[in-house]
Amino acid sequence: MTTRIVILGGGTGGTIAANRLRRLLRAKEAEIVVVDQDDRHVYQPGLLFVPFGLADPEELCRSRRAQLHDGIELLDCGIDHVELDASSVRLSDGRDLAYDILVVASGAVLVPEETDGLTGAGWGDVVHTFYSLEGAAALATALERFRGGRLVVNVVDMPIKCPVAPLEFCFLADWYFREREIRDRVELTYVTPLDGAFTKPVASRALAGLLDEKGVRLVTEFNTGTVDGAGGRLVSYDDREIPFDLAVVVPIHGGAPFVGASPGLGDELGFVPVDERTLQSKVRPNVFAIGDAAGVPTSKAGSVTHFEGEVLVENIRRRLAGEPLDASFDGHANCFIETGFGKALLIDFNYDTEPLPGHFPAGVGLPLLRESRFNHLGKLMFQWIYWHSLLPGRAIPGLGSAMPEHGKRHVEAP
Amino acid sequence: MPTATYADRTVEVNDEGFFVDPAQWTEEMAPEIAEAEGISQLSEDHWRVIKLMRAEYAEKGSGPSVRALGKTSGVSVKELYQLFPKGPAKLAAKIAGIPKPRGCI
Repeated sequence: MTTRIVILGGGTGGTIAANRLRRLLRAKEAEIVVVDQDDRHVYQPGLLFVPFGLADPEELCRSRRAQLHDGIELLDCGIDHVELDASSVRLSDGRDLAYDILVVASGAVLVPEETDGLTGAGWGDVVHTFYSLEGAAALATALERFRGGRLVVNVVDMPIKCPVAPLEFCFLADWYFREREIRDRVELTYVTPLDGAFTKPVASRALAGLLDEKGVRLVTEFNTGTVDGAGGRLVSYDDREIPFDLAVVVPIHGGAPFVGASPGLGDELGFVPVDERTLQSKVRPNVFAIGDAAGVPTSKAGSVTHFEGEVLVENIRRRLAGEPLDASFDGHANCFIETGFGKALLIDFNYDTEPLPGHFPAGVGLPLLRESRFNHLGKLMFQWIYWHSLLPGRAIPGLGSAMPEHGKRHVEAP
Repeated sequence: MPTATYADRTVEVNDEGFFVDPAQWTEEMAPEIAEAEGISQLSEDHWRVIKLMRAEYAEKGSGPSVRALGKTSGVSVKELYQLFPKGPAKLAAKIAGIPKPRGCI
């Protein structure tokens, strides 16, 4: 009997894993099955641009099936739960799908219902999100109609996908209202539960500086308890209030619902605890997780997923061959941060090294932690790389899994 | 390394006052740490959370986030903020003598 590898989720992580595994293992060695509930693969980094009319929602979507290499089966079906003891997946149509290796790649989902009032009065009217395709499109309309007032950008709680995106939203909003020549009538506020603009000290300082430069007020350690759309205010658990005319809220994230319904598989938030180096489940040796679905202490971001792919596939090969897992993920993340006016910042970091200034990937390259037109071009180019190089699981020249150390300048945090 | 003295014992803490070595903590120290943070009396609910923080740390190497606490402690997030104003995860970790919960990135 051939080995069956079941991959739950056909997004960034699932597609990279499937394509890399298919190239590595011959058809008679392993059957590869991807399960997803729809055939719509969204280029999520593009969502940020939709509200400002800089990207068309339709153009961000492609068929999941079309991104998967020949010899990979895609089951268009929901997932009910995983039975770890039986090494089997119960699909939502009642079928059971047995596996030898399971890869959980089901990402993170938005759970706006977990925040009091968020989906109540004003949701979709004065309270929006750009973290879904539909939300981003609705926000584009709301921004177009916005003539001035208090615009509040709020992250309810961590972890979220792409933790820099809400900051980028602020930078782009500043640019957008300047272009429309109504910037003086708009009060921009960024409200975060963190104690700074970002978690890592050196980058946090640089990003707080940029917010200040662009006239965006920063409110920290604000833990949103209630979003009162009708009253136009955010209320924190410690009873602070932030009034708004338009709120852009990044809702709480959790793992896919089937993870919570699978005894032993996930943590209390629905993410799958795995060894942060090998990506193997802490409870079952034949279960792995990749991307946003994985509970590892680094950003939930496409770049992380991409870097994990190489390690995951090598460790699955080793598991199948009965060898010890020694491929090791270092927590590498690499993010372009759009800052408006055709410029962007680039940050590059891992579990142990915070984002530092310097150049990427070596002494000569893209400037790190500094605004530059080159980084903006890099961000635009990335959409092409995503569909044509990253998802097929091809190596991107100069961009290995491990974080490059050359070109980074170590500076003291304040 | 800075130190602090609780229940007549000197312990190592970091710049923000979190214990460096959770093994140096004893239950007698908790009321003193709490008092310094403005909590004058530790109730049964406080203790439930403190014990959970220590158990989670021992098992996972990091204290839970507020949201995770709200799901596992039986104390709602709103009540957690009443028990540990400003930041339940951080404050409860400090009183429980474990390092600051690893921030999500």
